[in-house]
Amino acid sequence: MYDVGKIYIATSTQDAIEHLVAEPNAVIIAGGSDVLIKIHHGKLSGATLVSIQGLDELRGVKLQDDGKIKIGAVTSFSHITKNPIIQKYIPVLGEAVDQIGGPQVRNIGTIGGNVSNGVTSADSSSTLFALGAQLEITGPSGIRVIPISEYYVGVGKVCLKNGELLTAIYITKENYEGFTGHYIKYAMRNAMDIATLGCSVSCKLSVQKDVVEDVHVAFGVASPTPMRCPKAEEAIKGMKISEEMFDIFGALTKAEVNPRSSWRAPKEFRLQLVEELSKRALKEAIRKSGGVING
Amino acid sequence: MANVILNFNVNGEDKQLMIEDRDSLADVLRNQVHLTSVKKGCEVGECGACTVLINGEAFDSCIYLAIWAEGKEIRTIESLMDNEGNISDIQQSFIDEGAVQCGFCTCGVVMASIPVLEDNKEFTTDEIRKKLSGNFCRCTGYENILNAVEKTKKHRCKNSKL
Repeated sequence: MYDVGKIYIATSTQDAIEHLVAEPNAVIIAGGSDVLIKIHHGKLSGATLVSIQGLDELRGVKLQDDGKIKIGAVTSFSHITKNPIIQKYIPVLGEAVDQIGGPQVRNIGTIGGNVSNGVTSADSSSTLFALGAQLEITGPSGIRVIPISEYYVGVGKVCLKNGELLTAIYITKENYEGFTGHYIKYAMRNAMDIATLGCSVSCKLSVQKDVVEDVHVAFGVASPTPMRCPKAEEAIKGMKISEEMFDIFGALTKAEVNPRSSWRAPKEFRLQLVEELSKRALKEAIRKSGGVING
Repeated sequence: MANVILNFNVNGEDKQLMIEDRDSLADVLRNQVHLTSVKKGCEVGECGACTVLINGEAFDSCIYLAIWAEGKEIRTIESLMDNEGNISDIQQSFIDEGAVQCGFCTCGVVMASIPVLEDNKEFTTDEIRKKLSGNFCRCTGYENILNAVEKTKKHRCKNSKL
């Protein structure tokens, strides 16, 4: 039995918002694989929960007429991995969320919860940063859409105001068309582990497949919140694929990040991981685009 | 905290129970439906001992609020028994392969293997390993568990082609 006060089972997004407005300290629970564990550990004792688990209107993946891919916030990781739209247009996201926890956790955990938990190690977040995701937040005054980079405001903190909840994640066409991506999770075990470092690269090659036309790189656990490395991205845009390019990319990402030491790994190790994994993830993303890497 | 009525189907049987809204599904299955095959190990969704199937997918019932099970179909290892009370092929295979030692994790591992066994597609050893990666076993070292699941999967695939 969980140590919670009241539990509201929301019947619609609007109903959830009304409950959240009425109970300003209420905690939103979607899959519960973060919230219920916090409760089990004695945090959030006596809290009021607003459950959005049953809201099928917030589930599923759609390809909209304008080419945007809309992912409902309560879509589970396993459903994202299995989804044909994700597999066709943004397979990197399906691969990234397939590295979270274990099968049971991937069946219950939701992508909206992963992002809204606000932690830098979330396996979906770095790839969503690399894909330039836009977040749809619904609240008492309507809907607002913000870039994912504005959502994170601190460790474990996201910019949800009273009564608001994350309802959908959008990936626009210009962020996936022609791009291929690769995510590397560095952890001590292959399953049931939290990333020591996560690196996601999304890139687009020239027609001849020898020049990197565009590249996005994002990291988890390389700073207090997930982050992109715009300087490293700009530096190699338009460059011919070469060892020199990978070295520049690795060195610049390393210069841009700001990891900390934790019991999982010291800062110095994380810096080395940033440099190495950014190169490896870029190489793999290039290979997936049909590019050739010498050596 | 409130008492609520839960309507769900457990192992093929429709049930209506009065539960507390803050109960986990594991607690309701153990204490009210008396299905003690659902083990409570870590209670934080790490060990997989409480694995049950909900509408065909594997979940850790310890981190699943029982109220979420409203209208859903739950399966525990008891559902694998046939009408005469015999165990299923996967359970026999666990015995044959020596995949059971203390037995605490066994019911959870068997339930985690059901989505693999009941899927028509073939699975590689690595894919099976990944499907079982949410279940901890502190005795067997996993090899015999993998062998038992792989053997049963192969056997079922062979039989379905006949």
